[in-house]
Amino acid sequence: MKRLFAILLIVVMGIFIFSTLYSNNGKYNFSKFGESTLNGKVSEKFVNKSVNGENKEVKFGSENLETGSANLVTSVVVNYRAFDTLGEVTVLFLSALGVSVVLGGYKNRLKFKVEPNFILKIGSKVAVSIILITGFYIFIHGHLTPGGGFPGGAMIGSAVLLMFISNDEFRVKVKSFSALEGLSGSLFIILGLIGLSAGGFFLYNYMPMGKLGSLFSAGLIPVVYVLIGLKVGSELSNLISHFAREGENK
Amino acid sequence: MTNMSIFELFIGLTMIVFAFLAIESKKIVNSIIYLSILSMFSVISFIFMRAPDVAITEAVVGSGLVSALFIVTLIMINKKVGDKK
Repeated sequence: MKRLFAILLIVVMGIFIFSTLYSNNGKYNFSKFGESTLNGKVSEKFVNKSVNGENKEVKFGSENLETGSANLVTSVVVNYRAFDTLGEVTVLFLSALGVSVVLGGYKNRLKFKVEPNFILKIGSKVAVSIILITGFYIFIHGHLTPGGGFPGGAMIGSAVLLMFISNDEFRVKVKSFSALEGLSGSLFIILGLIGLSAGGFFLYNYMPMGKLGSLFSAGLIPVVYVLIGLKVGSELSNLISHFAREGENK
Repeated sequence: MTNMSIFELFIGLTMIVFAFLAIESKKIVNSIIYLSILSMFSVISFIFMRAPDVAITEAVVGSGLVSALFIVTLIMINKKVGDKK
């Protein structure tokens, strides 16, 4: 009876929400699925600025663009709104700090009851190498293909997690990962301060733009993405290594 | 609403079915697996909406890391309490 009442309530709420959103004389009506009116939104400005400043077709190999990145999402996230990305990295750092404060005192590593056999031990090492190479590829090519710093770092973290599950003797050197994380975070802020002194804005894009579509293009965007990927990957590896512990607390 | 293809509608309905299965299953491990399947179907629907960046992030985080962390936490809880489920 309770579940039937819940399903009925969800159906009534859905009909109410969709009928108000798709009504033509309401105040907050949405456009139809797959259509959108671009005038009156901020996104039109970004699209036109990321190309030539006018509504022209841009081909691969053209030069003298404002942001030379082929991926439009990247040019918004790391160039126009780079300060928000710094805030996201700070939020992730604070969560990893909380986990290390609560679970940092345990000494021994978590042991599983199931003994891993020979095929799992050898095959997991092959899979880990492929996952690591894919993660590095995704955050190096962040300005050309979909992806970026956060998915690449999460892939590195998932590779470390696979090594933890498949091998009982595997351990992570926590101090080196902490040093890498602090170094990449500091370099990100130092690059922003250099831009402040050179162009007048924090994280100003002062490096030369190359040709659209080549690997060394788009100025500061690939450097910042490599730093974000290393920082996120080391943070997630630290968090996983703190999770997989047990024993006496100090 | 009129431009949605049949395949997309089918994927949306299967997502609703897996969400109900994740709530109603008796074992906790089965509900974690159903949540992971739900994330994989949401990746396909993100690709239909032409958002590949969000699709890659959802595939790595929602279907890989979060499910594995849930399972590791469940193993630790069962070790401390002592009942096997």
